[in-house]
Amino acid sequence: MGERLLEVKNLRTSFFTAAGEVKAVDGVSFHVDRQEIIAIVGESGCGKSVTQMSMVKLIQSPPGKILGGEVWLDGENLMEYDAKSPQMQAVRGAGIAFIFQEPMTALNPVYTVGNQLTEVIRRHKKCGRKEAWELGVQALRDVAIPEPERRMENYPFELSGGMRQRILIAIAVACGSKLIVADEPTTALDVTIQAQVMELLQGVVEEKKTSLIVVTHNLGLVTRHTRRIYVMYAGKIIESGTTEELITRPRHPYTIGLLNSVPKLEQEKGSRLVPIEGAPPSLIGLPDACAFLPRCPYACDKCRSSPYPALRRTEGEEHCVACHLDLEGRI
Amino acid sequence: MSEITEKELTLDEMIARQEKERRRASRRQFWRVFLGRGALSKACFAFLVLFAFAAVFGPLLTPYSPYEQSLAHALEGPSAAHPLGMDGLGRDLLTRTIYGARISFCTGLLSSVIALVAGSILGLIAGYSGGFVSGLIMRSVDAQLSIPGLILTMCLVAIFGGSILSVSVIIGISALPGYVRMLYGQVLSLRENDYVAAAELIGQNKFEIMLKHLLPNAFPTLIVMFTGSVGSAVMIESGLAYLGIGITAPTPAWGTMISEGYNYLMFKPLPAIVPGVALMLLIITLNIIGDGLRDALDPRLRGKL
Amino acid sequence: MSAEGKREPIIQVENLKMYFPLRKGLVSKVYAQVKAVDDVSFQVREGETFGLVGESGCGKTTTGKCVLRMLRPTGGRILYRGVDIAQMPPKQFKQYRRRLQMIFQDPYGSLDPRESVYTIVKEAVAADRRPHSAGELRDRVVELIEMVGLSREMITRYPHELSGGQRQRLGIARALACDPEFIVCDEPVSALDVSIQAQIINLFESLQEKLGLTYIFVAHDLAVVRHIARRIGVMYLGRLVEVLDSDDLFLRSRHPYTRALLSAVPTTDYYAERERRRILLEGEVPSPINAPPGCPFHPRCRYATPACSQTMPPLRDTGGGHLLACHNPPED
Repeated sequence: MGERLLEVKNLRTSFFTAAGEVKAVDGVSFHVDRQEIIAIVGESGCGKSVTQMSMVKLIQSPPGKILGGEVWLDGENLMEYDAKSPQMQAVRGAGIAFIFQEPMTALNPVYTVGNQLTEVIRRHKKCGRKEAWELGVQALRDVAIPEPERRMENYPFELSGGMRQRILIAIAVACGSKLIVADEPTTALDVTIQAQVMELLQGVVEEKKTSLIVVTHNLGLVTRHTRRIYVMYAGKIIESGTTEELITRPRHPYTIGLLNSVPKLEQEKGSRLVPIEGAPPSLIGLPDACAFLPRCPYACDKCRSSPYPALRRTEGEEHCVACHLDLEGRI
Repeated sequence: MSEITEKELTLDEMIARQEKERRRASRRQFWRVFLGRGALSKACFAFLVLFAFAAVFGPLLTPYSPYEQSLAHALEGPSAAHPLGMDGLGRDLLTRTIYGARISFCTGLLSSVIALVAGSILGLIAGYSGGFVSGLIMRSVDAQLSIPGLILTMCLVAIFGGSILSVSVIIGISALPGYVRMLYGQVLSLRENDYVAAAELIGQNKFEIMLKHLLPNAFPTLIVMFTGSVGSAVMIESGLAYLGIGITAPTPAWGTMISEGYNYLMFKPLPAIVPGVALMLLIITLNIIGDGLRDALDPRLRGKL
Repeated sequence: MSAEGKREPIIQVENLKMYFPLRKGLVSKVYAQVKAVDDVSFQVREGETFGLVGESGCGKTTTGKCVLRMLRPTGGRILYRGVDIAQMPPKQFKQYRRRLQMIFQDPYGSLDPRESVYTIVKEAVAADRRPHSAGELRDRVVELIEMVGLSREMITRYPHELSGGQRQRLGIARALACDPEFIVCDEPVSALDVSIQAQIINLFESLQEKLGLTYIFVAHDLAVVRHIARRIGVMYLGRLVEVLDSDDLFLRSRHPYTRALLSAVPTTDYYAERERRRILLEGEVPSPINAPPGCPFHPRCRYATPACSQTMPPLRDTGGGHLLACHNPPED
């Protein structure tokens, strides 16, 4: 499709704790094209958020350490910049903007919305206070916040969760970020507000010509909006493909499990949900074999005796899967 | 039958063994966090042990009596026999400082324990019961706070005399409002937790909820407050002694010693500086140790490190 | 219908009102009322699950807390097996306390961080004030822990060492320790990963079969509620706007708000999802302090008529047990 905006190659991040090395991100590669919306899906603790934070070196060190990999954003390899360097500072914001699950913690409670917006705008756009204020009002208008002038005077706690999330999106819009990373942007919100926020994000991508990575645990949330999806498990990508391929013909038992876990509106009454049994593994001292093995309903002798399956291409154009078996479709 | 008892035994044993292991591990964790906070923390801990040792074994550490005067040697500088020299009345300065640690520790600990126990009970009741009782307790505390603390203490000491016990009780009372208010605030926020609602739902009564849920969760804050208040109690005691109320000369309290040494400050500073430095070190030590305890007692923080 | 007709209602809520007064000034003068729950009536039959759906602030959790008497309602009646517990004095209510339990939304905040799994469940068993031998207590705790799918090895762990799903299971074990008949589940899965949500929902269902439990299931996600509940009540700004069988939800719901909720539910049906037209609600839920006159939903409703801003439409039966409060329900 379009031109590459972001290319992440073999990114590896570990946390060194008293209990051992936690391989949170273990050789993750993915890419985002311009104006593309992709999703990274996985359970909590699978390393999906750490992957995003590693891209801009927002990893607390110690205990965290980025061990290797390349992150190409628009022709620059971000891994060459020091975490505190001015180049990296410029990337965070103007290059990649983050939207978090709990918008309250991302906003400073003692400053008004206008204060925070103009400060960010002034840093990235190098303009005067008045001009920044007007850009801020315009950004609020862009994210469909009613009465933007009045909202500029509000403190974060005076706004609802959905409204705060819009403010964060407005900040990303105002900075002219090339890429927005939305980490569980709607988990704390009501379904109605979830829908609003997702539609808004899609609108921003279309109008402002940015790209978007949605990080979430819910495949249902991203089916409607994304072009491609990566599924992560235990620090690795285990399946990737276009949304259509991945949702309609999933090939990894974990993806199939995730799809079956979402309750369906049309589902026949009385049928039980099919959960993925067990819990995600600890990322310390993972065995050499497939990490999903202990929870996999299709595990066979081959899986037990073989080393970790490599990500391989299937018939699908962009469809890759890391599984020894040849499964297809929801079962 | 035998199978059942065997199963029960193993399960009980399992719980007991795991409980024991866990306690050992958490003790290890406690010390790791507590001492792992850097050299300062370790130094403070060593200091506190030293002070406590001096307070307990004081008489065994020194061949002199703190009261024995030899005016011929008054204000003599440090020598092999008297490492810190002599005070204005020719008493060994080191001996008196060691005995002073004893008095400071006694009044500091005793008064803080009194304030801790009474303050916890009142604060818990005020925070959890609400209504009239709460109003009564909190307004009484406000009333006490409206009288300047030092003046109140001085009046009470003047009335009840200056024994170590009465000084401790009086300092304890003066520290009470701080404890009540702190615990009241803690309980107000803790009771909003769902686990308190859950405890009410399973039918635990107010007494159980206060003792099993609210108090243990307020405990780390209480401990930090306690170490802080030991420090300030030592300060108040020394202040009173310096002013000549409460514990008075010739008892070797640090306050009286500073007051006596003050007379010669210009030409022989040691008799005032030695107890002064001892006092300062003890108070700084107690405060830093309080912070260390707070970190080490927090189960969430412990798990992370 | 006939089989269900035989079941006794275990909880009947009649005209429930819960107003929170807002006070200010020295003499604590009441200057406004927050009408968190306003004139809500429904019943829950034994062994059944009643779903309460709505956005945050619609009063669904407050309703649940009133039914459990964690709050004393401002008005209305709550009949538990025919006995009105709404205004019952605490001493008299004590006999019912343990029969009515709750599962909380935040599985971490509802567990005392300083107690082990064993202590948390043991306290709940022991709080019935009957004499227990140590062996009895321990056996009961182990039984409960295994009933909710935790292993006995976890008995000495602390809440912060458990995963979200395990914490929620522990919360369920604690509630079950009281031998309850009726449980209010307040958004019990919304804080969990989707894969774990399904485990917990299945657990709720199997416990209901095994122990004959009755649930009120409070949630904002219609897909989850539809799955577990037999009847669903949709709340908006303190009022019930539609009550219907969950089988009818998808095809027969008529309230514009219910339809908007339905259209917001995320699904994984790729082709349907790409073509689906979403009804996006404008703006947010108004504050319950100054609720709009008439139907509370009319400022956001695209079918609103002048009558909607004047009078509150009554909740009336449109046939087949389908209750609807709307002046101008849209036809399909």
